[in-house]
Amino acid sequence: MRSGIVTGLKSDKVAAYVFVLPFIIGFTAFILFPMLMSLVFSFTRYNILTAPEFTGLDNYVKMFTDDPLFWKSFQVTMYYVVFSVPLRLLMALLVALLLARPSRLSGFYRAVLYLPSIIGSSVAVAILWKRFFASDGVFNSILSLTGLEVSIPWLGRVDTAIWTLIILSIWQFGSSMLIFLAGLKQIPQYLYEAATIDGASGWTKFWKITLPMLSPTIFFNLINQLINGFMAFTQSYIITEGKPLNSTLFYTVYMYQNSFKYSKLGYGCAMAWFMVIVVGTLTALLFITQKRWVYYETTED
Amino acid sequence: MKQQKTELASRQLRKVLTTVLYHCFVIAFSFVMIYPVLWMVMGSFKSTNEIMSSDLSLLPGSFNFDNYVTGWKGFAGFSFATFFKNSLFICTVSTIGAVFSSAVVAFGFARCQFRMKKFWFSAMLLSMMLPFQVLMIPQYIMFNHFGWIGSYLPLIVPQYFGQGFFIFLNIQFIKGIPRDLDEAAKMDGLSSYGIFARIIMPLIKSSLVTSAIFSFMWRWDDFLAALLYLNKPSSYPVSLALKLFSDPSTGSDWGAMFAMASLSILPIFVIFLTMQKYLVEGIAATGIKN
Repeated sequence: MRSGIVTGLKSDKVAAYVFVLPFIIGFTAFILFPMLMSLVFSFTRYNILTAPEFTGLDNYVKMFTDDPLFWKSFQVTMYYVVFSVPLRLLMALLVALLLARPSRLSGFYRAVLYLPSIIGSSVAVAILWKRFFASDGVFNSILSLTGLEVSIPWLGRVDTAIWTLIILSIWQFGSSMLIFLAGLKQIPQYLYEAATIDGASGWTKFWKITLPMLSPTIFFNLINQLINGFMAFTQSYIITEGKPLNSTLFYTVYMYQNSFKYSKLGYGCAMAWFMVIVVGTLTALLFITQKRWVYYETTED
Repeated sequence: MKQQKTELASRQLRKVLTTVLYHCFVIAFSFVMIYPVLWMVMGSFKSTNEIMSSDLSLLPGSFNFDNYVTGWKGFAGFSFATFFKNSLFICTVSTIGAVFSSAVVAFGFARCQFRMKKFWFSAMLLSMMLPFQVLMIPQYIMFNHFGWIGSYLPLIVPQYFGQGFFIFLNIQFIKGIPRDLDEAAKMDGLSSYGIFARIIMPLIKSSLVTSAIFSFMWRWDDFLAALLYLNKPSSYPVSLALKLFSDPSTGSDWGAMFAMASLSILPIFVIFLTMQKYLVEGIAATGIKN
């Protein structure tokens, strides 16, 4: 009997490792090791065909001081993030508030409005977008319905091309919307009832109850969308190819070009690490400031 | 008495009116939101001339399937049958791996004790947030060393080591299962493996299904990894094939492009329609428990 228990304990310990081992191996092999390797490569000149050659800080120096396209792509990405992330979240929140009203059709509405999120990042939609915003495209036809007879080549102009991508991003508000909807459902009804008794207006209820109670959800969505925003690739790569005049050249696309088109993998690694640091810092800042604006009802367990 | 009645009636009328207005507004808004997709799908039945005229109407002059016939022929001697078969293969094999390995790892995190558990848990959360784009260059170098470029291995193998999002999802579900069940099973002489296979797995069916749906859809849409690792048209999945099919050099047969684009989102669309409940629950679960 005793020996049975002992072997049981033993096998429990072993079993624990058997269960988590896939993750430990996978994380080490496909994430930790590549990340470290990329840090090392970022100090080298490497074209994959010949052995990497140590060049110290050269890649970083070139990046910051001698590569206008690096800053251009960084600036384009920042512009994209600054507009697309808040607007997408705002859209998601507004639609979630709209759909929070219980009705027999709400499941149907939810499905329809979530659909763009499901297919929005596909190549299919990228092709559609190209046609939609062409100078003789549907978007101009829609505008002409409102009396604006224009034939603006939205994708061909420096000031508008990036906005077609921002609109595409806002259009995919679906998954944030679903998370907001779930968050809204968690707000206890009695808070609203108490506020109604106190004579609070709908507007006050929104600012004093809905928004604070929803702040953890907003925080979660914000972090997610921020990372997503910085990493946008397919849209720029397929729809605009960075054109015109690099006005839509996303950071990830430029990183891709450097690494796989010009075979400057060391430089690409340096770019990747710079991005990790930027996004990591922003995320950390959000986490630090969350105490000021994110309201948690219960303490963490 | 009478006054009360009319007041009641007017209040009811107002309620009905706001409901009607509400639905009108939401339907109109939904229509605007999915109009681009409808326009593309309907466009796949139009002639290229009709598409180029940018007519806003959704209905084609006459329904014809010519675009599908032309588009299906594909390019470089490979029809879209090849590309669909490739996508189906990659997605199925990846999904099986991702779902099963994530469930196994989740059980380890939720029910077992081991050294540095906190560290590995943080690593798991980190892996959820770390985007593929950051890893693509060193992973490419690594897979190049392995001689895996041009094969499906770089797309499939990493899926077999647990995916952060699915691990997280499964942990949430397993935590909801009372521990008494485990204890009782242990009394009956089941090992940890037995508990996992016979008690836990059947009880987390819904999170397994959710993981499977997400995995399949993400793999289906995945473009960047295919672009990086695959170099022969014969091995292209639909996403990559569609991109090359739509390149200006291949011509600008918008009708055929729309037809193949519509076909490419069809599987996603069908999964979405039939499995909507799981998707919504899955997304909601990740956002709430954070």
